[in-house]
Amino acid sequence: MSAPLISDAPPVVPAAREASAGSWRSLLLYFAVGVAFGVVITKGELISWFRIQEMFRFQGFHMYGIFLTALPVAILTTQLLKRSHARTLGGEPIQLPPKTMGRGIRYAVGGTLFGLGWALTGACPGPLFALWGSGVGVIGVAIVSAMLGTWAYGWLRPRLPH
Amino acid sequence: MMEFLSRPWPWYVAGPLVGLMVPLLLVLGNKLFGISSNLRHACAAVLPTRGLAYFRYDWRREGGWNLALALGIIGGGLLAGTALRNPQPVAISAATVADLQRLGLHDFRGLVPAELFNWSALLSGRGLALLVGGGFLVGFGTAYAGGCTSGHALTGVADLQKPSMPAMAAFFVGGIIGTWVLLPLILA
Repeated sequence: MSAPLISDAPPVVPAAREASAGSWRSLLLYFAVGVAFGVVITKGELISWFRIQEMFRFQGFHMYGIFLTALPVAILTTQLLKRSHARTLGGEPIQLPPKTMGRGIRYAVGGTLFGLGWALTGACPGPLFALWGSGVGVIGVAIVSAMLGTWAYGWLRPRLPH
Repeated sequence: MMEFLSRPWPWYVAGPLVGLMVPLLLVLGNKLFGISSNLRHACAAVLPTRGLAYFRYDWRREGGWNLALALGIIGGGLLAGTALRNPQPVAISAATVADLQRLGLHDFRGLVPAELFNWSALLSGRGLALLVGGGFLVGFGTAYAGGCTSGHALTGVADLQKPSMPAMAAFFVGGIIGTWVLLPLILA
């Protein structure tokens, strides 16, 4: 399968959502959600390089406890929303676009490369932002480098197997 | 009171709250929780993208909410890292401390090892490898895989999306190789 057939494009935004998407109030709302999430992952030490090391060395339960509680909560609530045909606060149907499997190369190779970076920086993208906010200024270098990595993917994308 | 606020949160408090991010964003506006998309939006916003179809879209419309969320995460890190700051070192297992000491680390204060994550370390090969190399791999890998820990391991799995399971497994394979093979090489 050639790369452009794989739907990675951001989903098309229905008109109703488009109208609200740009409003300052809605941006402020998502900012507030971000603040809450930033506090949770910082206080929960998900952003600690040491905790990530402990996890990949299988020497502590903390991170596994996080996954083992976060996943069931996310799965149960999401499936409940889907199966009850719940709507958003704005009244739109809740829809989750399916991810394309393709040949699966992107998940194996991209996922492994991501994991390598996760172990070295001790942070995935959310924690990178939280760490920067918490005062680890030099992590800004990793954020810029991650942006360049994403840019490099965008540049190589037509030539990469997916 | 201050002692209570500064205490780190146990996994059984932080974990469920993290999990609730997925339904919360769906209910608020049919948004898919996925933080790494912000790297793409940021590229589309500030880097040259001529001829790169991957970045040619309306990043304000598609990604405005998510960029606001990312800014919020920075604010949350600031709040938790100052007003709610835990003065104690992260209580990792003795076995991990011993392993990291064998790799030459001595300072276990803070959220990241100060010996590796500081501005002068950037002038050394290991600082470059961890911050620049590691950061690049995170950004390239997540874009290639079409999601990161939040987008695949959390949102994708919550939606029972098939591709998210191998993606999550690959994250761990990479993390284990990075920890057991690359890190000792870099710190040697």
